[in-house]
Amino acid sequence: MSEEKNNDQVEKENLSRRRFLRNSGIAVGGLAVGGVIGSVIPWNADTAENSEQQQKETKNYNHALMYFNQSEFRTIEAATERIFPQDDNGPGARELGVAFYIDHQLAGSYGFNARDYMQPPFFHGEKEQGYQGRLNRREIYRIGIRELQNYSHQNYDSGFTELSEEDQDKVLTDFAEEKVNITTISPSNFFLLMRSMTLEGVYSDPLYGGNKDMDGWKMRDYPGNQMNYTEIIEGDFKEIPPNSLRDHM
Amino acid sequence: MVKKLPKTDVVIVGVGWAGGIIASELTKQGLNVVGLEKGQERATEDYYMVHDELRYALRYELMQDLSKDTLTFRGNEKMRALPMRQYGSFLLGDGLGGAGVHWNGQTFRFLPYDFEIRSKTIERYGKNKIPADMTIQDWGITYDELEPYFDKFEKMAGISGEENPLGGKRSAKYPTAPMKHSPQMRMFKEATEKLNYHPYTMPSANLSEPYENPDGISRAACQYCAFCERFGCEYGAKADPVVTVIPVAKQTGKFDLRTHSWVRRILHKDGKATGVRYTDVTTGEEIEQPADTVVVTSYVFNNVKLLLNSKIGRPYDSSTGKGVIGKNYAYQVVKGSAVGYFEDEKFNNFAGAGALGMVIDDFNGDNFDHSDVDFIHGGYLSLTQTGQRPIQNNPIPKESPTWGKKFKENSLRYINKTLSVSAMGASMPYKQHYLDLDPVYKDTFGDPLIRMTYDFKDQDRNLAKFTAKKAEGILKEMGADKIDTMEELGPYNITTYQSTHNTGGVIMGEDPETSAINNYSQMWDMDNLFVVGASSFPHNSGYNPTDTVGALAYRAAEGIVKYHKNGGLLV
Ligand SMILES: Cc1cc2nc3c(=O)[nH]c(=O)nc-3n(C[C@H](O)[C@H](O)[C@H](O)COP(=O)(O)OP(=O)(O)OC[C@H]3O[C@@H](n4cnc5c(N)ncnc54)[C@H](O)[C@@H]3O)c2cc1C
Ligand code: SF4
Repeated sequence: MSEEKNNDQVEKENLSRRRFLRNSGIAVGGLAVGGVIGSVIPWNADTAENSEQQQKETKNYNHALMYFNQSEFRTIEAATERIFPQDDNGPGARELGVAFYIDHQLAGSYGFNARDYMQPPFFHGEKEQGYQGRLNRREIYRIGIRELQNYSHQNYDSGFTELSEEDQDKVLTDFAEEKVNITTISPSNFFLLMRSMTLEGVYSDPLYGGNKDMDGWKMRDYPGNQMNYTEIIEGDFKEIPPNSLRDHM
Repeated sequence: MVKKLPKTDVVIVGVGWAGGIIASELTKQGLNVVGLEKGQERATEDYYMVHDELRYALRYELMQDLSKDTLTFRGNEKMRALPMRQYGSFLLGDGLGGAGVHWNGQTFRFLPYDFEIRSKTIERYGKNKIPADMTIQDWGITYDELEPYFDKFEKMAGISGEENPLGGKRSAKYPTAPMKHSPQMRMFKEATEKLNYHPYTMPSANLSEPYENPDGISRAACQYCAFCERFGCEYGAKADPVVTVIPVAKQTGKFDLRTHSWVRRILHKDGKATGVRYTDVTTGEEIEQPADTVVVTSYVFNNVKLLLNSKIGRPYDSSTGKGVIGKNYAYQVVKGSAVGYFEDEKFNNFAGAGALGMVIDDFNGDNFDHSDVDFIHGGYLSLTQTGQRPIQNNPIPKESPTWGKKFKENSLRYINKTLSVSAMGASMPYKQHYLDLDPVYKDTFGDPLIRMTYDFKDQDRNLAKFTAKKAEGILKEMGADKIDTMEELGPYNITTYQSTHNTGGVIMGEDPETSAINNYSQMWDMDNLFVVGASSFPHNSGYNPTDTVGALAYRAAEGIVKYHKNGGLLV
């Protein structure tokens, strides 16, 4: 049931995205192209009457790209949405801004593996010895995304973003289970990296570009940045409205 | 060109817990001390934005930059050792206060059994209980001899706790009351009492109440803020060297602390240390700091690395079992645990403190009869509530999908319905487990990295299965609807976090043939060189290490003062 609804929604978003694209990047109401559509549709529909006001307030200058090109961005948006999909519990990766989060992370020190030991020589090791490749994360993503597209074209005759959710899941499963034949990167490591960065984008402080409006936290009753729990630590479960680091400035 | 500075009484390499304690004790006694720390300065004000899981827990803001220095790892001598390129199994401290800034504060004394493990095991079970390649040995000191120093560390740090009914004898109560009890801790307590175990509140360096220590340092109480391990404390409530011992040393006017100072060699001549050579990492300048006494407190790996790169002591040779530097590397067996799902409950799992928990020691040390089990020692079992931050904590039942719709559903459903009972399993040393210099990989200055050769053994596999079963039993008694229990320990894997409880490499003992230092942490082969830290543990107990590191540091400080007056070997 809810699967169908999701399909519809994705379809609608795809349509509007294509329309945006045809208008050669003209942004409506200051919106960038892509999954950010979700960011102006209030999660609670009853606040819709304030939407114009809200549009102004939520115009998010952070939602532009630092590393991905548009098509890479859309691929990651689609893939991470499958990893953490929208459902009855609340928004998925797309609406939470996870793809922007990943883009921004790859543009910085994490993308360059700045604090990892990257000295040669490079040898293939045992699983217990950890990552031993020479590629940094931004290179892994660029290759991984291209391979996601190639694999989709080879097996389903269209690009990853155009596939049905079921087929996208199949492609991702084949990556996760190392059923894809690539020599440059490990498909399962690429998948795991995407998975872990999806969770980071869903649950890190909104300051990093994901976890939009702390909706990731709200879904699991996580209060974010609180100064103390002295009063509640001895008691039963208590719901506490979340705070972000922005609230602490 | 090396710049040579004027001589000082004592130079300390690395200013974490061990270095900080020794700096404060020596300067209080009037010695001039230079402290060299490779990382940066730190202060409580730095932690205003500390409730940031991504930055501190996943990007390792406070830890050593691995691009500059790491180690290599192999499971056995036949494998090619490869660098630990990214963090996983343990996290290395860096900067003022070292890992003492971002520890949990779970503060346990080792058991009387630990210090005489070989004699006591043989006495109770006979020689055959100890496998031929298990190189356990007595420490050359007893619990009773070390007790006053435990007491000193605990009073300095203000440890909050209640007596462990199965622990060694205490000369005094903990200086502050135990931490608060959450509902899940009460469940653990009730269940373990019903099972006739002996629960007690985890001893904690997160202060349960405001406290002034014997040095006159006052600190605030813990706020159960849930950003503790891997984070610095914005309240100064967690005992860390920066808010306890380092200010005391600074106040004396005798402590010359230099950060960004990366020590590369201990200098020595005719069997005596003469000082150290370090690089000022901000300028690249090479500097020599002469000293009467050199103290090395730069954590397990760097302690061994410095000695080997400086050609001090007899390197360990695994083929003969001779030599000592690098010998008896051991770790901690923490995976023998179980997770329980409580369908009809909801807990405040997001709240907590680094050392909030309940513990039993019924299966630790030699507190139970090992005649019918195929391992020695054991570990404590505990339920801790350290604050389940959302990126790293997404509990889902075993065998359920790890991504997609079902994963999202499960992880959201179970996050506040899941409790774990975990083990802090002891780790025994083996002839084949050691640290030496890597022949291939280098640090940022071109010095060889440390190479670790280590894997789990039958001892560890059996112990982990045993503790996992006990954990399962406790969760059952607590009323869990479903329990996932560790089934097989598997090989040691450097990519998943277990604990930063690495031990050995510069071990203490009675006999200079089989140990590197005596019970004052003084090198047998070089009497004005002291090497302090968990590197001195001949094995690792079923507890977190730092109370014992602290106690040994206080004892070393006493020894250094004595040595400064009289010289010679102290034992
Ligand atoms: C996340 C985490 C949680 C922990 N929780 C607990 C716990 O609950 N209970 C417990 O008992 N223990 C815990 N520990 C372990 C505890 O932090 C260590 O046992 C303790 O900090 C060791 O103190 P140390 O002084 O030996 O080393 P460190 O604190 O690591 O200090 C060593 C210092 O030496 C410096 N150094 C290294 N090389 C050089 C060089 N070449 N030149 C100059 N300086 C150098 C480093 O930068 C560092 O500052 C935890 C550790 C971590 C990482
Ligand atoms: S849990 Fe307590 S001790 Fe730990 S950081 Fe928070 S306030 Fe400090």
